[in-house]
Amino acid sequence: MTDDHVYLSLADAAGEPDGEARWAYGTGFADPLLGVDAAPPPGIDPADLAAYCLMLGDDALVLSQRLIQWITRAPELEEEVALANLGLDLLGQARRLLTRAGQLDGTGRNEDELAYWREDFEYRNVRLVELENGDFAQCVVRLLLFATAREELYRRLADHADPVLAAVAALGVKELAYHREYAQSWTLRLGDGTAHSRERMQAALDALWPWLDELFTPHEVELRLGVDPLDLREPVLASLALVLEEATLSLPEAAPRAYVNGRAGRHGVHTEALGPLLAELQVVARAHPGATW
Amino acid sequence: MVTTLERAREVAAAVPDPELPMLTLADLGILADVEEHDGAVTAWITPTYSGCPAVAEMAGDVARRLRAAGFDQVEVRLRIDPPWSSDRISAEGRRKLAEAGIAPPVLGARPAAGLLTLGPTRLAVTCPQCGSTDTEELSRFGSTACKSLWRCRSCREPFDRIKEI
Repeated sequence: MTDDHVYLSLADAAGEPDGEARWAYGTGFADPLLGVDAAPPPGIDPADLAAYCLMLGDDALVLSQRLIQWITRAPELEEEVALANLGLDLLGQARRLLTRAGQLDGTGRNEDELAYWREDFEYRNVRLVELENGDFAQCVVRLLLFATAREELYRRLADHADPVLAAVAALGVKELAYHREYAQSWTLRLGDGTAHSRERMQAALDALWPWLDELFTPHEVELRLGVDPLDLREPVLASLALVLEEATLSLPEAAPRAYVNGRAGRHGVHTEALGPLLAELQVVARAHPGATW
Repeated sequence: MVTTLERAREVAAAVPDPELPMLTLADLGILADVEEHDGAVTAWITPTYSGCPAVAEMAGDVARRLRAAGFDQVEVRLRIDPPWSSDRISAEGRRKLAEAGIAPPVLGARPAAGLLTLGPTRLAVTCPQCGSTDTEELSRFGSTACKSLWRCRSCREPFDRIKEI
């Protein structure tokens, strides 16, 4: 070892002139796509691609925020560490996707401007990820539904024509496999557990299942980009059915949640749960715009 | 005669990882490439996980070390394609991990692919303390994104393990 202090360079991170103060919150010190070629791929409408990256990025950001709300509240320390790790993966994916959206949408906004300065009706996440946390059974079921679908989506996006989106998906699919495995193992343990744990899991499943279909409902942007999420429905439902059967849980028959005049999360029409979540996420950035330390 | 490029590569390859300082970024397969044109050096690094919080530190460390070695024009860029894999950790890196009490990842192993798999995969993990293979996973998620937490049933010591990704 040398006499280097490994964190000496905190003060002069790449892309930041020596001695410049750091933004007091957010990620202003490091572009998650630093030096990555930002040119939009030929033959794809940059506005559509930006909108799509925003949808996927908002899913990841909002679920990440829900997961970190479990910190200090998880049933066991190991689960707290696990949920924090899952949230960190999703936050990393969100940072890359929001940065990509900002590169392409013509506004020049960075990830922080997109995360902290949009209102709830400008968020494009599906409603499943914004719902209140509920109990640990709901945490597990939401992760199971989301991770199963998102892993399958990332697997398909890993060879997308946009090299940045493809790269985000190629790494993300490996991360989501861990998320799915985590949710599956808890689904089996609690579903095929005691009568009480099974009852709680079934209740969580019944409550969240109607929100699943939104992940398979195509938005016009997705159709124009040729990434119809309806293609995910069959493999995802097959995977879920297998896990739920093994966990002795019943597949709910409840109808999907209704849209509002054909609009839902992807159009900025959200549940009442999103506003308070964003207020918590954004309050410091908005109280002290541009603060440094 | 060492060329300027070889010198730059040598400097960049020796930068320690901020979380695992017993290993270099080159050992971990994070340093992807170094180029040099007329004294101007560009180094590419590949983050391990999407949410790795040490990327800024790593990029800063590489830039600072190169500048300290006399290179005036230094740029550090990220290369996210192809994505990082635990298979990129070198043989030397694996040796250093084990030496530090961290079980290295199994080459070529992956989280079970496909949506229909259930339950944890069983890997024969060797205890880095005593060499026993009678080990068990305590938690799939550990102190950093790239590690899981294990326990040896022979020597009873807990240990970290780098996950396959």
